[in-house]
Amino acid sequence: MPITVRIPSPLRKLTGGLGEVQTKADTVGGLIDALETAYPGIKERVCDEHGTVRRFVNIYVNEEDIRFLTSQDTPLKDGDHVSIVPAIAGGCA
Amino acid sequence: MALTDAQIERYSRHLILKEVGGKGQRKINEAKVFLVGAGGLGSPSALYLAAAGVGTLGIIDADTVDLSNLQRQILHTTDRVGVPKVESARQTLSALNPDIRINIFQDRISSSNILNLIRDYDIVLDGSDNFPTRFLVNDACFFLKKTLVSGSIFRFEGQVAVIKAHEGSPCYRCLYPEPPPAGLVPSCQEAGVLGVLAGTIGILQAAETLKEILGAGESLANGLVMYDALDMTFRTLKTRKNPQCALCGPNPTITTLLDYEQSCTMPSAAGNPA
Repeated sequence: MPITVRIPSPLRKLTGGLGEVQTKADTVGGLIDALETAYPGIKERVCDEHGTVRRFVNIYVNEEDIRFLTSQDTPLKDGDHVSIVPAIAGGCA
Repeated sequence: MALTDAQIERYSRHLILKEVGGKGQRKINEAKVFLVGAGGLGSPSALYLAAAGVGTLGIIDADTVDLSNLQRQILHTTDRVGVPKVESARQTLSALNPDIRINIFQDRISSSNILNLIRDYDIVLDGSDNFPTRFLVNDACFFLKKTLVSGSIFRFEGQVAVIKAHEGSPCYRCLYPEPPPAGLVPSCQEAGVLGVLAGTIGILQAAETLKEILGAGESLANGLVMYDALDMTFRTLKTRKNPQCALCGPNPTITTLLDYEQSCTMPSAAGNPA
């Protein structure tokens, strides 16, 4: 069973409109690379030039923020749900 | 203060709930809630808080009603295009519930006025449309030990969080340490938003606000609710206090209010759609 990744609205242009995609990876870092291979452009939206997840983007494995796990080294197993959650600001004026 | 006969009738559906009752309704009637923005999120929040009898509502918004607002900003009406939003809000809310006090401010919220604006309120609802304001409101609420109920929307997605950093739960900066650079995240104006989404999220903010007033149920102080209207999914993610938080961590570097550039929603961002 692969890993299910929730793609936020701002990144769905890169996934052909898909809000959820499935992939295989052993770690969160590996998952970002796998997404980049499948949907080029996604990594630079999620990570800075050093490959670190940007500070206004949070990634959750199941319900936990990876910053409180082992960041991009956080291990993944089949069936995990990963959510990419960028800050959004709309109120909407 | 005892409820009048008219209040007993008006709030009867609250009074029969054991989680509210006469005591809870009096708490609601004595509560003071400040709304940042009388737009998409502020509209439904303010309507339900006024209907619930929140005794004092403060509302700040610098804008006037525009025809393009009416797709979602249900405080306002077609015949009020051009009228200051806060004035339109006052008219709508006082017609709904003449019992409540409504304090309006036609102004932009800034580091120079925010502390005085929110000082006398118990809870702040953030329905603003830009990151600089969200960080400013978070910081001011932390300094003044106010509960913050934050909501935001984008296209078909919304987020709700309750921030009580003064009570040891995470602040908005624990969740997102810094605003994104201008241009990387498009605004609603550029990206669009499903009008009813503002209703869903604004009403969740109103519900969390009433729970905080009543002290009822499970507080969202350690969670972030994500709603996706297209998938019809709600997800509650856990939030944690960041031990390195520049605001509420043990070694804070932010000790005064900061003014970020109001550049997030400027047209220059339009060239970078996500």
